[in-house]
Amino acid sequence: MPRTSAKKSIRARADAPRSPRLEKAPSGIQGLDEITEGGLPRGRPTLVCGGPGCGKTLFAMEFLVRGALRYGEPGVFMAFEETADELAANVASLGFDLPRLEAQKKLTIDYVRVERSEIQETGEFDLEGLFVRLQYAVSSVGARRVVLDTIESLFSGLPNPAILRAEIRRLFRWLKDHGLTVVVTGEKGEGNLTRQGLEEYVSDCVIFLDHRVIEQVSTRRLRVVKYRGSVHGTNEYPFLIDENGFSILPVTSMGLSHRASNQRISTGHPRLDEMLGGQGYYEGSSILVSGTAGTGKTTIAALLARTACEHGRRVLYFSFEESQDQLVRNMRSVGLDLRPCLSRGTLRVIASRPTVHGLEQHLVAIHKQVSELKPAVVVLDPITNMISVGTVTESRSMLTRLIDFLKVKGVTTFFTSLTIGGKALEETDLGISSLIDTWLMLAMVRSEGERNRTLAIIKSRGMAHSNQAVEYRFSSRGLELVDTYLGMSGVLTGTARLVKEAEDRAVLDGYRDDLELRERERERRRRGAEAQVTALREELAAEVAQIDRGIQDVTRRRERLLHERQVMARSRKAFAPSLAGKRPKEDPRS
Amino acid sequence: MKPPPRRSGRAKGRPAKKAAPRVGKAPRAEKVPEWDLRLYVAGQTARSAIALENLQRICRTHLEGKFQLEVVDVLKNPQLARGDQILALPTLVRKLPEPMKKIIGDLSHEERVLIGLDLREARSSR
Repeated sequence: MPRTSAKKSIRARADAPRSPRLEKAPSGIQGLDEITEGGLPRGRPTLVCGGPGCGKTLFAMEFLVRGALRYGEPGVFMAFEETADELAANVASLGFDLPRLEAQKKLTIDYVRVERSEIQETGEFDLEGLFVRLQYAVSSVGARRVVLDTIESLFSGLPNPAILRAEIRRLFRWLKDHGLTVVVTGEKGEGNLTRQGLEEYVSDCVIFLDHRVIEQVSTRRLRVVKYRGSVHGTNEYPFLIDENGFSILPVTSMGLSHRASNQRISTGHPRLDEMLGGQGYYEGSSILVSGTAGTGKTTIAALLARTACEHGRRVLYFSFEESQDQLVRNMRSVGLDLRPCLSRGTLRVIASRPTVHGLEQHLVAIHKQVSELKPAVVVLDPITNMISVGTVTESRSMLTRLIDFLKVKGVTTFFTSLTIGGKALEETDLGISSLIDTWLMLAMVRSEGERNRTLAIIKSRGMAHSNQAVEYRFSSRGLELVDTYLGMSGVLTGTARLVKEAEDRAVLDGYRDDLELRERERERRRRGAEAQVTALREELAAEVAQIDRGIQDVTRRRERLLHERQVMARSRKAFAPSLAGKRPKEDPRS
Repeated sequence: MKPPPRRSGRAKGRPAKKAAPRVGKAPRAEKVPEWDLRLYVAGQTARSAIALENLQRICRTHLEGKFQLEVVDVLKNPQLARGDQILALPTLVRKLPEPMKKIIGDLSHEERVLIGLDLREARSSR
């Protein structure tokens, strides 16, 4: 009966005008809908194939569960390999409650048991029983989605592959005609995508899952091999399976469209802030501190962490080398107490060895923590260790994605990177420097039996930063920045700097003394001359006074004489006026 | 214990086929049939008819008087297909004697049916 109706609807379908755009059913699997630009082809089968343990069944189950919960599309799971109970137990760890979904009529599982030893073939047969069961299951929940996991088991369980092939072809037709979005799983075959060549029947969309182990670390990858009538990402996308199900990370799904903030965030040290245009880092930028072992990268990171915490920002600190306790203790030794930040909960330290996860799992772990905690600052200390997990290319691609992700979220990202001794200092192992906005380089300068630390800003996008390399020291009071000695003989640090500075000071002192001496001499000379002048003036004044006195004396005497003459003349009654008129002229002569 | 509900199921499942119950009449009198067979078919197709015919012939020949046969149309009772793990049609299920056996196809290959039902041995021992 369904057969005849199916045939009718095939014809009806073929005649009906096709809509130009392919309709898609969102899978609900994190990341997959981005890659496929909307999901799996609606009303068509999708083949999910891969080796054993690659996650095919889980993929299929998540497709159903998400469909039922998120998109209101009930589903049927036709299990050929596991019983309903086994399936329920297997996916319970992912938070999928299958019995409840079944009770709510959102999902139904039909376990199809195929046991070769119990079956004897005695003539012509078809798979109408499977069709009937499928139809019954579909109608019992009003299913829009169907999973066949994995239909290839039929080949091992039933004789006569020719009949099976014809029936499977008919099954896919039937599924298409009923507009069911189907996920078919298939085991990877040799030379073929699947052992039984299922790809022959499922030509609309093929997804390949892969599970590789590289250097003892496993990575899962997904590739959309084919997607008829749709654009799709063709890369291999790493994915992982954790307690939230599938997470596929599109390598390049994010563009450079993040907004740039003008807000600044202090480095935690006034001198360092000053070097970075006076205000510190940009918020939401990526900062890299590179340096050889023991240059204090972690301290610079912790400085930022504490300052950000003190300004009420949340900080997520991924420590790949030290435990939280160790970090706290070590930072206390340089006067940085992280405990208040930790107890307030503004700082969260997540310490784990990089090798506990594959790269992708790290990325997802970071994604998840960032989405949960919503920090303003994320510190990764150090990123160099990531190489121990994957190859350089993989690490770089992972960090690119991470930086993109954090930038889009507006999170200030602080990386530390270990430079291996002997390598060029201005080179990071991961070659991620081009992704970095602000790059501080810490270096050890070795000279005369000591190592001294210098800090320089290699670049800092968007700010007028200092070109000066500074020497820095750590003490129990914290970080101290000191200008390095910059002279004709080069950059000097440490004792050499102190010696050179002392030498310079001595020379300067000598000049100063000389100058003082000369100035004193000048003063002395000036004063001497002035004294002489004064003495001469006094002498002159004295002489002038004496001369004046003489003049006065003579004048007085002359006056007196004239007076006496007048008196005498009056007494003689002489002609005083004539005498008087002539006398003054005659007087000096006489 | 078991026969009554099965009979009723059969009656519901396949009232049109009177041939089947008739074949099973003799064992009912014995109350405990040695052989309990169930034939699953989908509708009244030619293949179903051939299978039933073949089965009846074989039963008459080899199991006269000690079997019970029930014909189930899965189109009418789809849930029964699930219960007995029916996939291919037609399927003959030997419920008794244990162990359960499944024979698929239209039963036209009599030799294989007999092997499948373990009747080759049963006949030779008798």
